Amino acid sequence: MRQDLPLFPAAASTGAHQVDAITYVWLVVAAFFSLLIAGLILYFMTRYRRRTPDGVGAATGSPLLLEVAWSAIPLAITLVMFAWGARVFFYIYRPPSNAVEYFAVGKQWMWKFQHPEGNREIDELHVPVGQPVKMIMTSEDVIHSFYVPAFRMKQDVLPGRYTTTWFQADRPGTYHLFCAEYCGTEHSRMIGSIVVMEPTDYQAWLSGAAPGQSIVASGAQLFESLACNTCHRPGPGMAARGPRLEGLFGHQVVLADGRSLVANEDYLRESIVAPAAKVVAGYQPIMPTFQGQVTEEQLVELIAYVKSLSATPGDGTPVSAEASRAGAAATGPAIAPGATAPTSRAPATPTAANPAPPGR
Amino acid sequence: MSANPNATTPDTARTSVTAPATSDLALPRENYLNAQYGLRSWLLTRDHKRIAILYLISVTAFFFLGGFFALLIRLELLTPEGDLVGPDTYNRLFTMHGIVMVFFFLIPSIPATLGNFLLPLMIGAKDLAFPKVNLGSWYVYNLGALFTLWSILHGGVDTGWTFYTPFSTTYSNTYVITAALGIFVAGFSSIMTGLNFIVTVHRMRAPGLTWFRLPLFVWSMYATSLIMILGTPVIAITLLLVAAERTLHLGIFDPALGGDPILFQHLFWFYSHPAVYIMVLPGMGVVSELVAAFSRRRIVGYRVVAFASVAIAILGFLVWGHHMFVTGQSLYTATIFSVLSMLVAIPSAVKVFNWTATLYGGAISLETPMLYALGFIGLFTIGGLTGTMVATLGFDVHVHDTYFIVAHFHYIMVGGTIMAYMGGMHYWWPKISGRLYPSFLSKLSALIIFVGFNLTFFPQFILGYLGMPRRYWSYPPEFQVLNVLSTAGASILGIGYILPLCYFAWSMRYGKAAGDNPWGAVGLEWTTASPPPTHNFDVTPIVTHEAYDYGQAPVLGEEARVV
Repeated sequence: MRQDLPLFPAAASTGAHQVDAITYVWLVVAAFFSLLIAGLILYFMTRYRRRTPDGVGAATGSPLLLEVAWSAIPLAITLVMFAWGARVFFYIYRPPSNAVEYFAVGKQWMWKFQHPEGNREIDELHVPVGQPVKMIMTSEDVIHSFYVPAFRMKQDVLPGRYTTTWFQADRPGTYHLFCAEYCGTEHSRMIGSIVVMEPTDYQAWLSGAAPGQSIVASGAQLFESLACNTCHRPGPGMAARGPRLEGLFGHQVVLADGRSLVANEDYLRESIVAPAAKVVAGYQPIMPTFQGQVTEEQLVELIAYVKSLSATPGDGTPVSAEASRAGAAATGPAIAPGATAPTSRAPATPTAANPAPPGR
Repeated sequence: MSANPNATTPDTARTSVTAPATSDLALPRENYLNAQYGLRSWLLTRDHKRIAILYLISVTAFFFLGGFFALLIRLELLTPEGDLVGPDTYNRLFTMHGIVMVFFFLIPSIPATLGNFLLPLMIGAKDLAFPKVNLGSWYVYNLGALFTLWSILHGGVDTGWTFYTPFSTTYSNTYVITAALGIFVAGFSSIMTGLNFIVTVHRMRAPGLTWFRLPLFVWSMYATSLIMILGTPVIAITLLLVAAERTLHLGIFDPALGGDPILFQHLFWFYSHPAVYIMVLPGMGVVSELVAAFSRRRIVGYRVVAFASVAIAILGFLVWGHHMFVTGQSLYTATIFSVLSMLVAIPSAVKVFNWTATLYGGAISLETPMLYALGFIGLFTIGGLTGTMVATLGFDVHVHDTYFIVAHFHYIMVGGTIMAYMGGMHYWWPKISGRLYPSFLSKLSALIIFVGFNLTFFPQFILGYLGMPRRYWSYPPEFQVLNVLSTAGASILGIGYILPLCYFAWSMRYGKAAGDNPWGAVGLEWTTASPPPTHNFDVTPIVTHEAYDYGQAPVLGEEARVV
């Protein structure tokens, strides 16, 4: 609680300063036009006060030049601000390729976080200063919104799909985390904090907190315990009943109905909870649904594990059945030409929300 | 006194600028108010003026109901901890405040009261095109209102007036279906009114009243009606889908049932953004009338202002996505909605400049209605500018769903629409009731409303930028000072709204007779008696002048005259 009457919020991320710059310019523009209109009204209503009861105003001409001017000038100003705002918007929503992925699950009425190292937190998230942090988020129930005023950053968190955003904190401190989308009774209690720490403090915090295995390791464990491997990773010489998952993430997939898509988090999630929705070409829809059997957190771990498979050597395994069965490593037609393996930590994930950025 | 017999001769508009002495005037012996007696004569009336009065009573009741909810909201927010009411009650309060104010006050307010009363008078018609449909619309409105009142009395709704899914379809345990049905039914009254206005403007203008001689209020009513009949069916269908998912568990919006929660937002805002213009365009029309009448000057850029209304009505349908910048819609979609939202701001800006320019060289009289009109221009300017701010993508990410948005749309809805509505009521009250209200008291209440409004909502801009989210029952303590200011302003604002209720009621019995044209204004409504006779005009007027022709408009060519 900095003071009793703050007039400007703390700014603690690279994006926050860019948003504030827009704010300053808009404030000047808005103040100028508000004062201009108010000043003109006050001046005219004094200067042109009706002197006699039957006084009438001057004849109205058709000031074409004025009409053009007061249409064109606001248009020019708003278009400049639009372009600037769009630039900052793209910055806010396109994570850089070196961003580290953190996961968040919103539910009525709490935030659950998981670090890539596996640490879990509720309503509090520790992050290192200076490190781009990508948030991959989903909701267990209704729509929530992940909002950190000090980062000037907000992203709705939706049930049934993933949304992403990112930030790079540049000032250690503890900042408010709010749920910004009305979500029911305790909406105003669905708050928490983002603790930004120096990297060394963060490492100390990580090791001091309840030790656990990394999110990928948890996913690998689940992959075994749910017996995903029996179909998706058959032993030598066995026919694969399901597509191999190595090299899948970030690559193009051809579906049985002829459509094709790029495998992203939403696709992986859907393939686990509703496998029949999008069946890979050449496979039978035999996979049972795991809806209700895995929690949102476990889904996140499984997806993190499948993503990690795309970083292993031997990448480029085709995702169509023929090629998979043949065990050929050659590039099949199912893979988009020129598709490259994403890097291990933050593949530039093309999701519905965030088209893949060009290499930064 | 009956209709001005001189109205049929070309030069009377000039003479009518002289304000008549009002001291020894009497009300016309027979007028629409006393033409028939008894409750039955009101409930079965087909007179657009009486229907306007019926609407006035209904929307006023809802205004004070919505205001009561607002007062409780502000009292709750006086302290950071939720202590006055519980969180569930608070959630119902802001939901019911929004539903009542938007659907049962703001949307019908100006069109159904002032529009109903004035549209036929302004175009020299005896009534609207479909008088029975008009009366029917009032009953439909009240039927919808009954559904909503029923859900309020049984504990209310807690979804927010926006009914976002899947909260509204799956998770809320309140009376969502009855509230949604109430809005669904009331929507039909909007459609009926809009249809009536469009046909009336097309078919029933007096001889000589060409499109570009129409008062700008008529243009704005026309544009509003277009939105009403094009947009309202969409919200009606959307709310039916919500009810269908809630009762039949059809998977439409809830992803657990196979639906898409964002689909609801697209459908909802496809109506509800244009609905913003249903609320504010009539206000703009009123302000055009007031500025012209109290400057005694034709509105600068008449055609520009008229077409700006139509442009706003059309562009208003193309910007709904700016309510969804942070939902995860594609960055390119957001970019397009952002630039379109910037475009829709331009016609509004142009109107502000034209009104201001009209003051230049005018003969300005600061009567109560003019105070409201000038207040409207100032507050609407702030509301509009902050609107372009939130249309700026990078800026909106921060302030979306915060009090900045709350402040912004209250500057448009309250600072804009309600200021205009109050100004219009004060301007045409002498025509509606035939009587004058106390001048000093009314100016005082206009001042109280202006001060109270700014004190209530300006601090909310700062609160929003600081990061206080909307719909918060409790909040971090550093936000308290600004919330206290806002609550203090709301109590002042409340007094400002109660005063006019009192002196309007008082004036109906004790006010001085106003005479036909107390403001010395031009316009067909001022050429007939106050209150007008049931049939409006004894002789159908013939129009030979431009609107707002205060004796100095260029002389019209002979071919333009219709005799």
